[in-house]
Amino acid sequence: MMLAAHAGDRSAYEQLLREIAPAVRVVVRRRFASFGMATHDAEDVVQDTLLAVHLKRQTWRTTDPLGPWLWTIARNKLVDHLRRRGRRVEVPIEDFAETLSAPEERPGADAADVERHLALLPEKQRAVLKAVAVDGASIGDTARHMGMTAGAVRVALHRAFAGLAARLRADD
Amino acid sequence: MKTEDLLRGLAADTRTGPGLGSGLALALCAGLAGTALLFAATLAVRANFAALLLDPRILLKFAVTLSLAGAAAALALRLSRPGAAARPAARLLLVPLLVLAIGVGTELARTPERSWMPGLVGQYAVYCVLLIPLMAAPVLGAVLLALRRGAPGHPAWAGAAAGLLAGGLGAACYALHCTDDSPLFVLAWYGLAIGAVTLAGALLGRRLLAW
Repeated sequence: MMLAAHAGDRSAYEQLLREIAPAVRVVVRRRFASFGMATHDAEDVVQDTLLAVHLKRQTWRTTDPLGPWLWTIARNKLVDHLRRRGRRVEVPIEDFAETLSAPEERPGADAADVERHLALLPEKQRAVLKAVAVDGASIGDTARHMGMTAGAVRVALHRAFAGLAARLRADD
Repeated sequence: MKTEDLLRGLAADTRTGPGLGSGLALALCAGLAGTALLFAATLAVRANFAALLLDPRILLKFAVTLSLAGAAAALALRLSRPGAAARPAARLLLVPLLVLAIGVGTELARTPERSWMPGLVGQYAVYCVLLIPLMAAPVLGAVLLALRRGAPGHPAWAGAAAGLLAGGLGAACYALHCTDDSPLFVLAWYGLAIGAVTLAGALLGRRLLAW
């Protein structure tokens, strides 16, 4: 499937990411739990991992097994996250857990880190990212709507992801 | 942002670049072009170079530095790919060490003891230690840039491998000019200069190659 993604097959690639996400989520949550940490920001690690998988997909070779590659990235992102958390002052949230644990509409689908950095991206990149990702518009529609060329939309989208990853990394 | 939305956005971003290996190859071409310009501007190929190529002591310099560069390139790529085992590539680094050890051993066995110190100290040690890092700098810059697209578990180690690669190529380039031919000189001063480039690569890599 990663092969198809390399060949530019968008739907196969999206399918692959959709399968990776829950697998990573399960493992990260289990890790969080085993460290005695609340799992509410496990989704940050999931999203960070997906971004890295996407931005670093050229480091995977068609002859390599996908598993070790994926899990090494996920582990690195988990370690980064724990390191960052270690330096932050954490307000114990357990006391509030009962009031906070309202049933989620889409369990484990929301995360704070990406959202927070999204707000700091350049205006145009944020608009393109929102149109394509949140509203599900095609590249062509977004281009028409924003008065940009399709190429410029692609560049803005790519820069938005690269910028997000850089901001997440610098966040310590 | 919902993970669902992120996924959709990521899938729409279909821009792909060259693979990590071809990216590194391109960077090496660019870096070596820079080094060639620097060389042309500051140094000259030593007199009678073609004739000297049959001298085993001259050949040794190129064998050591180029095999080092090759091993370091393989290692840098391994270190930049998540889940790839770096150990086999690290073992390749024994090749240049072994070649150098043979060269030094032969030198010690075949030349009188009183020529060892002059050979080791050489005539232009200071130039060697300064010029090898200078020749290596364009390559180091280009290689680090290429490896930014990688995902090393230990950025400093990947940077050090980039430094070894650049140091090896810088030293091979300087060897075109260098007239100190004793393997003892190569061991001491080339070693020191390449070590400095490696250290620089590790320090830069720690910042530049984090992802």
